[in-house]
Amino acid sequence: MRLSRFLNYLLAFLFALWVVLPIYLLAVLALSERSAVFAYPKPLYPQPLSVETLWRFLEVPGVVKALGNSVLVAGLTMLLSLLLGAPAGYALARYRFRGADFFRILVIFTRAFPLAILAVPLAVHFIRMGLYDTPLGVALVHTALALPFAVLVTYSLFVSIPKELEEAAWTLGCTKTQAFFRVVLPLTLPGLAAVGIFAFIISWNEVFAATILTLRERTLTALLLNLLHDSPLPFRFAGGFFLVLPALLLIFLVRRRLLTLWGVASR
Amino acid sequence: MRREALTPYLLILPATLFLLLLFLAPVLEALLLSLRGDGGWGLEAYRRMAQDLYFGNALKNTLLLAAVIVPLQTGLALAMALLLQGLNRGKDLFLYLWTIPLGISDLAAGILWLAIFTERGYLNSLFQALGLLGEPRLWLSYETPLSLFLAVVVTEVWRATPLVFVILVAGLQLIPKEYGEAAEVFGATPWHRFVKVTLPLLRPSLQTALILRTVLALEVFAVVLALGGRNLPVLAGEAYFWYSAYQNPHVAAAYAVLLLSISILATLGYLRLLRTPPEARP
Repeated sequence: MRLSRFLNYLLAFLFALWVVLPIYLLAVLALSERSAVFAYPKPLYPQPLSVETLWRFLEVPGVVKALGNSVLVAGLTMLLSLLLGAPAGYALARYRFRGADFFRILVIFTRAFPLAILAVPLAVHFIRMGLYDTPLGVALVHTALALPFAVLVTYSLFVSIPKELEEAAWTLGCTKTQAFFRVVLPLTLPGLAAVGIFAFIISWNEVFAATILTLRERTLTALLLNLLHDSPLPFRFAGGFFLVLPALLLIFLVRRRLLTLWGVASR
Repeated sequence: MRREALTPYLLILPATLFLLLLFLAPVLEALLLSLRGDGGWGLEAYRRMAQDLYFGNALKNTLLLAAVIVPLQTGLALAMALLLQGLNRGKDLFLYLWTIPLGISDLAAGILWLAIFTERGYLNSLFQALGLLGEPRLWLSYETPLSLFLAVVVTEVWRATPLVFVILVAGLQLIPKEYGEAAEVFGATPWHRFVKVTLPLLRPSLQTALILRTVLALEVFAVVLALGGRNLPVLAGEAYFWYSAYQNPHVAAAYAVLLLSISILATLGYLRLLRTPPEARP
């Protein structure tokens, strides 16, 4: 019994190492001097520790702008998916109405669909509409990616708030809108924040649509992908590091909700 | 209709319109775009796609990658989910550590593993330290398709197994403990309990995980590009090259339509194959 428990923990530790080691190795390279990035055999820790590689990356023309664009697009995506998704989630949670099933199927179907590839026909459309090569255009496609999750997860959030609380507020003189903003919203705020962060991560990480839909207003992923094969290794590693770092922090913030996010989203 | 009855429709209206505009409309648009060549309507774009030098390989690689990666990930994720159930202390810590790649983009994952597989990377450094290798060896070149393919498999398994894992963990939590205990009372071995109780009850979660992962695996793009450029052509990558490098949206759209069709076929296949009969739903 004791042996099997030991083996369980050994295995768990090995899985953790398998996940963490590549991230650590990239961090080593990104935090080393340029010479160490080209060195062979490769060092196992930064020697010497230096921000030279990262700094040089930021000095490459277009990088800072791309970072800004990435944040802007992800922020817009977060906002749009919450604004569009939360009302729909609330409707599914609180009302019985004809067409609810149809709507739910549309949402679930959208999620299991290779949406990013639709950037190709959308690009042609966006050029006509003046949305091509704008952060808003990219954010719209990213919102389509994040919206199904936003609807399904906000639905589960609102369902978990007892309807009686809202009804109590009504009897105490709140209008329906007031009851929502004063009672339901504060209770679901942490969950809604997690949904927003999740939408942010989806957008921050998306490559294909961002690459197809931009030319000068690159996001970080689009810029990196475009320069990938004409750039030296330190540039790529520093870029990878900048992509990973925020995602790592954000996923840490929502770690307790990952299961709800995906568990509910899989129904 | 009373005003009250309209409320839910008003609430879902924005999301519905949005999905129609950015999901259904572009699907039709992709179809039209692929059927409309320079010289008018026809299958010209599909002919050019099929005759392209990279097409055969791209189709083969995409399907082969999905066929290798998805089962591997499902097996690994299932093992991890069961292992997590067997842990007492540190469960939260391992859950967090194992799901870190969920937040990492395919491009970043490609770059992470590039640091390992590149010519002067960590893999060759390790082999040299062990005395197995004198000169650095190429793993990701045009001449080493097998090791490049394996590198993509490793990276994708590393990156996307946690997605399957969290869906399965959430599914496992829904299975009442009593079922397994009842089976134990009747003398079922752990293996029997897994095959006869856990696995059938996990079917809806497995179905979701398989559909999501297969669709995403067919879209594989940035990982392949980061590791090997065009040395390992894939469908999404070809759509990208035809759109940006050759500036031909028609052939790019033909690739998109092909990818969409394969994804829909795969989804329908899973829905049929893993259908849960209504009386067996938990």
